[in-house]
Amino acid sequence: MKRFRGFVIKEFYHIFRDKRTLVILFGMPIVQILLFGYAVTNEINNVDLAILDKSKDAETQKIIHDIAASKYFKISDILEDEGQIEAIFKKGKVKAVLVFAPNFDKDLITNGSAGVQIVTDATEPNVANSVSNYLSSILQKYQTDINKAITIPYQIVPETKMYYNPELKSVFMFVPGIMTVILMLVSAIMTSISITREKEMGTMEILLVSPLKPHQVILGKVFPYVFLAIINAIVILALGFFVFKMPVQGSYFLLALESILFIFSALSLGILISTISETQQTAMMTSLMGLMLPTILLSGFIFPISSMPVALQVISNIIPAKWFIILIKGILLKGVGIVVLWKETVVLLFMILLFIGVSIKKYKIRLE
Amino acid sequence: MSISLKNIGKSYGAVKALSNISFDVKQGELFGLIGPDGAGKTTLFRILTTLLFPDNGEAKVSGYDIIRDFKDIRSHVGYMPGRFSLYQDLTVEENLNFFATIFGTTIAENYDLIKDIYEHIEPFKDRRAGKLSGGMKQKLALSCALIHKPRVLFLDEPTTGVDPVSRKELWEMLKRLQQKGITILVSTAYMDEASLCDRIALIQDGTILKIDRPQVIIDTFPSKIYNVKADSTYRLLQDLALYPDTHSVYPFGEYSHFTSADPDFKPSDLMRFLQEKQHSGIEVSETPATIEDAFMELSKASELIDN
Repeated sequence: MKRFRGFVIKEFYHIFRDKRTLVILFGMPIVQILLFGYAVTNEINNVDLAILDKSKDAETQKIIHDIAASKYFKISDILEDEGQIEAIFKKGKVKAVLVFAPNFDKDLITNGSAGVQIVTDATEPNVANSVSNYLSSILQKYQTDINKAITIPYQIVPETKMYYNPELKSVFMFVPGIMTVILMLVSAIMTSISITREKEMGTMEILLVSPLKPHQVILGKVFPYVFLAIINAIVILALGFFVFKMPVQGSYFLLALESILFIFSALSLGILISTISETQQTAMMTSLMGLMLPTILLSGFIFPISSMPVALQVISNIIPAKWFIILIKGILLKGVGIVVLWKETVVLLFMILLFIGVSIKKYKIRLE
Repeated sequence: MSISLKNIGKSYGAVKALSNISFDVKQGELFGLIGPDGAGKTTLFRILTTLLFPDNGEAKVSGYDIIRDFKDIRSHVGYMPGRFSLYQDLTVEENLNFFATIFGTTIAENYDLIKDIYEHIEPFKDRRAGKLSGGMKQKLALSCALIHKPRVLFLDEPTTGVDPVSRKELWEMLKRLQQKGITILVSTAYMDEASLCDRIALIQDGTILKIDRPQVIIDTFPSKIYNVKADSTYRLLQDLALYPDTHSVYPFGEYSHFTSADPDFKPSDLMRFLQEKQHSGIEVSETPATIEDAFMELSKASELIDN
């Protein structure tokens, strides 16, 4: 036990003496969360909109006023004819043009229908889609308003209700996702270079000719990084909670427990990589390439697993991040407990044991 | 026997690093492995410290078999690899403390053993190991290898890259450690250090040329050695090689060491030959043999056998 403690203390010295890495370790999560939280978002705000109003009557003025009053759009241009539409898109600032047909109000009153067109710049499909939806719903609302007096027979009005994230805030998706990616990367990269560094520096040769056992070395390497990763997790959750008002519906205790479990799985994966790599560079590249892409793409963080091809769905099962994202979303947003999440917990636990076990087995007790 | 090897062989692919190495090192002996770079010294050290498997042969260290009892060996030997292998970002004291802890001891417990050596670096105990000079690094590495009171000490080229004063100090330290009953196996490429060992093994290309006490090796040198000097060293070497009775000739500092194949060789004959070759400032004088002479002679003989 004393030997193990001595080893852990030594690891802490390495960590705290390497100031540059520490700054990256703790700076990266903060920057990433703020970036994803503020900049990378599917919501639209203050989108530049141009109006081509061929009617210029009281009704179109009311609609334009409604649009301008919403926080989603900013009317930045008034166009005179269709020819200007493409010209203004090419300039790039305006993302959509709302075109009113001539005699809009007359048509509306006499024929009961009037022409309006939404033209969007679809170079950014997500924005174009959202803009079109938002504009449609504003027009819809206007239509409902003018129809208030009349009762329309046979009408289906769906009432949509969004559970767990009623405002569809994308930050609720990004906080768990980023937490997963960062914990995985930080933990795996940190530990994956820790054993290879000993190999490169030649200190492994001395460690081998000592009574230290493989499990003491491996657990001694994992242990200090658990603390760092826990601090990282706390920073990310605190940012989500205080800056982005991310709710924590479930138990804090379970949240902490599952986070630690995930941290262990990432650390042990890093250790596994370092026991099979000879140089720090290979270890780092392996953990970056081998872990980052699957964690981002196949974990369900950005792309829903249910819409992936079957082969990828199967592969996603071996990615610890997938299970952690289910866990953390469940706890944060739905407030469910271990009764529901036991399966994912067991999977993570099994992965940790597997990775650590293989690492100890793969750990070379000789130089060849 | 503290260390004993029988027919140890090791290959890396097609390259034969060691073949049929056998020798014994007595308890408390200072045994030197002398040979040039690439002779197989490091491989032999790694086999004895259980870091590599031999391809054939068997060896025992302090009574433990290097394959079966590797765990016992790892707890009871001190090993100092050729490359500086301590934690550069840890201070002198932290390094020493770490190695004491992983061997289940403390600095205080074995301080008397390392006191001699550690005193030299103690004033710098808060300095990072990476910032020490070459000599101080080796003293620290030696202290770390000794902190658990090993029965056998393996030092792979401890004096390579160390200044002459520190080299001398290191050898004095080894002599004192030996008096405390520790068996020491040390390797070096410096032939002048060989005479400081109790016994030496001359090793080249993975084979042992000779094992004996350094003085015996020198005393039993078969022929007389002459120091030959002339103003143009380069031309002198070429001309000596042309001399009909030459057995061997190679540069040795400012002189050339010359041995003759003729038992009745007279220096005056050689001088006359060199004068004919237009040399100036000629000196020919008999000189006692050194380990280096013995090594050159033996390696020449072994090359002849190989061919």
